[in-house]
Amino acid sequence: MEDANTATALWGAVVASGIYHGVNPGMGWPLAVSAALMERGTGALYKALLALAAGHLLAMAVVLFPFSLMVTLVEWQYQLRVGAALLVIGLGVYLLINRRHPRFLARVPPSRLALWSFLAAMAHGAGLMLVPIYLGICATAEQDMGHAAAASLMAGDAGRAVGVAVVHTLAMAGSGGAVAMGVYHWLGLTFLKKSWFNLDTVWAVSLIVVGGVALALPH
Amino acid sequence: MNLRPDPTFHATPKLAMEAPAETLAFTLMLSPDGSQPDGLAVVDVDPKSKSYGQIVHQVIMPNTGDEFHHFGWNACSSALSPLTGHAFLERRYLIIPGIRSSRIYIIDVKEPLEAKIHKIIEPEEVFAKTGYSRPHTIHCGPEGIYVSTLGGGGEDGTDGPPGMFIMDCETFDILGRYEMDRGVQDKQYDFWWNLPRNYMVSSEWGLPPQYENGIVPEDLLANKYGHSIHFWDLRARKNIQTIDLGENHQMALEIRPAHDPAKEYGFCGVVVDTQTLEGSIWTWWRKEDGTFDAKKTATIPPQPAAADDLPPLLKGFEAVPPLVTDIDLSLDDKYLYVACWGTGEMRQYDVTDPMNPTLAGKVELGGVVADTKHPNGGDFAFGPQMVEISRDGKRVYWTNSLYSSWDDQFYPGDEGGQMVMAHVGKDGGLTLDPDFYIDFPKGYRAHQIRLEGGDCSTDSFCYPSV
Repeated sequence: MEDANTATALWGAVVASGIYHGVNPGMGWPLAVSAALMERGTGALYKALLALAAGHLLAMAVVLFPFSLMVTLVEWQYQLRVGAALLVIGLGVYLLINRRHPRFLARVPPSRLALWSFLAAMAHGAGLMLVPIYLGICATAEQDMGHAAAASLMAGDAGRAVGVAVVHTLAMAGSGGAVAMGVYHWLGLTFLKKSWFNLDTVWAVSLIVVGGVALALPH
Repeated sequence: MNLRPDPTFHATPKLAMEAPAETLAFTLMLSPDGSQPDGLAVVDVDPKSKSYGQIVHQVIMPNTGDEFHHFGWNACSSALSPLTGHAFLERRYLIIPGIRSSRIYIIDVKEPLEAKIHKIIEPEEVFAKTGYSRPHTIHCGPEGIYVSTLGGGGEDGTDGPPGMFIMDCETFDILGRYEMDRGVQDKQYDFWWNLPRNYMVSSEWGLPPQYENGIVPEDLLANKYGHSIHFWDLRARKNIQTIDLGENHQMALEIRPAHDPAKEYGFCGVVVDTQTLEGSIWTWWRKEDGTFDAKKTATIPPQPAAADDLPPLLKGFEAVPPLVTDIDLSLDDKYLYVACWGTGEMRQYDVTDPMNPTLAGKVELGGVVADTKHPNGGDFAFGPQMVEISRDGKRVYWTNSLYSSWDDQFYPGDEGGQMVMAHVGKDGGLTLDPDFYIDFPKGYRAHQIRLEGGDCSTDSFCYPSV
C-alpha cells in the first residue's frame, strides 16, 4: 500500500515537473506564440508546439536511457541513486554560481525549433531533474516484482524510462501549449512581459531540492 | 540582472508606441578639431519640466580625438526574443565608439543625471581581438552586442576588409569577429536585421583613407565609394547575397528594416548619384524563394546654384546635391524621415506602400545655399543630419553634423552644434517647434541622438504588431 502511494507520488512528480517546464518561458512557449503571430494562424502554433515537444522528449530520453540500463545492476542501486542525486545537486550548484547563459543557443536558427528545444533542455538540466524521480519509480516497481529475470527487469526499466519521458513531455507540452494559446487568443503580448519572472535561481534551487530529496529518502 | 523584464522592453513595435513618452535624450558631443574631449549630453525633453530643452548633464571623456558618431544600448526589446528565454537584462549602458580613435566607452545611465563612465575599451584591445578598427553602429541581438567597423587592420585601416564583431552584453568583453563567410563584402557601414526571419542587411560607406581626412573627390567621381548592400544569414554568420545598386549610387548608408518583423522589407538611403547628383531611397525586400531584391523607389533632385555660393568642392557642378546622409523609420512603419544634409531639408515620406514613398511633409533648415534659419531666429549650422523619432511617432529630433572633416569641406567657415525638434501632424506633415532649439557648448558639434527607453533606430522587435 505504501509502495503504491510512493509510486503515485512519484508519477505525480513526473507530471508536476512537466507542467513546471512547460509554463517556464525559457522552455519555449513564447516561440509557439511567435510562430502563430508570424504565420497568422493557430496551425503554426500547434506545429511549433509539436517541434518543441519533440526536442524536449528527445532530451529526456537521452538522459534517462543510460540510467535505465544501469538500473539493472541491482547491487549497485544505492550507489547509482546517490550518484544521480549528487549529479543533479552539482548541476544546480553550478547554475547558481555560473549565471551566464549558454551562448551556443543563440546560434540556432529560429526555424529549427526541435533542435533549439533539445539543446535548451540539455543546457538547463531539464532531463537530469527527472533522473532521481525515475530511479525512485524503478525502485518501487522492483520491490513488487521480486527477483525477476534480469532481461525482464531491463525491459521494464527501459519501458518505464519511455513512460516517464512521454508523460513528462505531455504535461510540458500541455501546460506550455495552454499558456501559448491563452496569450495568442486572449491575453495578448502584454502578458508576456507581465508574467515573465527571472526563474534562474528558482530553477537551480529546484535541481538541488530534487537531488536532496532523493538523498534523504529511506533506502 | 532583473527579476522582471526591463519596463522599456516591448514585445511589439505597437506596444512600444503605447509606452510613456521619452523625458530625456542623449546626444553625442563632438570636438571637431580634437582640442577638447568628446562627450555625451543629457537633454531634458519633458515639456512639463523647468529645464525643458536644455542640456542638464554632460559626461566628458578623459581622452581627446575619439570622434563620436553613432552609439547604442547594451540591451533593447530584442531581449524579449522567444529564443533567448532570458529577458532579464537592464537597458542601462550606452556603448559609444570613437570612430577615429577606435576606443569604446561604456556609459552607465541608470541615474541619467549622474551618468558616468563604467568601462573603457582601449583601441589596442579592439585591434588585437578583432583585426578591425573604427567601430561604428551598435545593435544588441542574439549573441550579444554587435558592432560594425569602418576599418580593417593596420595604421590606415586598409589591412583586410572592415567587418563586424560581437561584445558580451554583460561584461562588455570583446568576443571576436562576427563573420564566418563574408563573401564579396569589402566595405562596411550600417547593419540591421529581422530577428525571427534570421536575416541581416549591411551597407557600405568607404575605407578610412576615403573619409578620415575628408571626402576624396577623385574617388567619388570614379565611383569608388560603397554602392552595394549585403544580406546575411544572421545566425550562420554568412553573406548569402550581395546586391550592387549600380556604381553611380555612391555611399549606401543607413539600413532601416520595417520594425514589424512580419514585414520582410526595409529601406536604404544613398547619399549621391554621381550621374545626376540626386539622393535616393531604395526599398529592399525578401522574395518568396528567400532571395532578396532592391529597387530605387524615390529620388531627390539637386538644386541649381551659382558657383559663387558654393564651396570649392561643388563649384564645378553649379548645383547642391541633397546628400541623403540619414534616414529613420517610425515604429508604425508609416513615415520614413530623410535628412538632406546638402540642401537643408528634413523630408517626411509616407511609406505605407513601401514600393511607392510619397512626400508627406518637409522642413527647411540650414543648407549649403539656403542656410535657412530656425523659427526662433537662431542659426542652424550645416544641414539636418542625424534624425531620431520618438517611439509614439509624434516628435522628430535632429542634429547637424555629418563628420568633422566633411562638415568643413561642404560648409567651410560654418561652425556650431544644434539640436532641434519638429512635431508630426495628425495626418502627416512636419512643423519645427520654435521653442526647442539647443545650441551646444562652444567648440562642440552635435551628432547622434538616443532617446530614453529606446527609439526608432535602436530596438529590434521579435513579435509582429497585432
